[in-house]
Amino acid sequence: MTTDPDPIERRLALARRFTEQVPHNQALGLVVEALRDRTARFRLPYHPKLIGNPATGVLHGGAITSLLDGCAGAAVFATLTELQPIATLDLRIDYLRPAEPGRDVVAEATCHHTSKHVAFVRALAFHADDEAPIATAVGTFMIGTKLGTNRAARGGA
Amino acid sequence: MTMLAHIDAARADGDPQRLLAAIPYAQFLGLSAALVDGQLITTMRYAPHLVGNPALPAIHGGTLGALLESAAVFSLLWAAETALLPKTITITVDYLRSAGPHDTSACGIVTRLGRRVAAVRVEAWQATRAQPVATANAHFLIKREA
Repeated sequence: MTTDPDPIERRLALARRFTEQVPHNQALGLVVEALRDRTARFRLPYHPKLIGNPATGVLHGGAITSLLDGCAGAAVFATLTELQPIATLDLRIDYLRPAEPGRDVVAEATCHHTSKHVAFVRALAFHADDEAPIATAVGTFMIGTKLGTNRAARGGA
Repeated sequence: MTMLAHIDAARADGDPQRLLAAIPYAQFLGLSAALVDGQLITTMRYAPHLVGNPALPAIHGGTLGALLESAAVFSLLWAAETALLPKTITITVDYLRSAGPHDTSACGIVTRLGRRVAAVRVEAWQATRAQPVATANAHFLIKREA
């Protein structure tokens, strides 16, 4: 009988596949650069369709919100022992400085604590590791959200 | 045409849709803006590329954050003249319900308008405004004449 050589690696590969199949992540062109135990690193390639201020070419804050939300969610997946549905509960983003036009934005998120129902995440967005961050974020995620629960919450729609 | 010129034109025309026309990301998200009973309502048209959870399916939390932030900015631009485009200092989004594959609307209320900082409370809903799918509080750096 063969034993699983590395269950963590297998779980991370599953989380990566799951993340890469999210339609909006694909629409943004998000690249999963790294997914390790409790941490995720995503890259948002610069693209003109994501510009918020056409006079300067600076990316819209919303694109960075999606990057940070997606990366933070992946960090939660990288923490769970089995792949369960999660849902963002809240997300606070502080914008420290504008992203520079024409440059990719990288996000790194760490899930620093999980309880039975809730995961706690911190994340950073920056151009390069040795540069000052563009934005910082803290978020919480509900673990194990169920389809039926969400349907009921939407008023049975 | 600069963004501020677009904003002046939109206000002069009474047509908030002109606020969005010049913003590529607003087109990417499928945003539109309209005045309803004197309130500026920003709507994100449902499209498959907005989905974050295909199993439910549910709209990506990031797109809801982006809608809330955009609606907050538009409400602020509509409510007050500013010599600079509002810059987001911080935004805190609360996700209240899973947002299904439907159009989502949002409306911001300027809760504090200073010379340098504005605070906006904004909520987003789908079927009915009484059941918001997400709400946010945001602070913006602005520049107003005293």
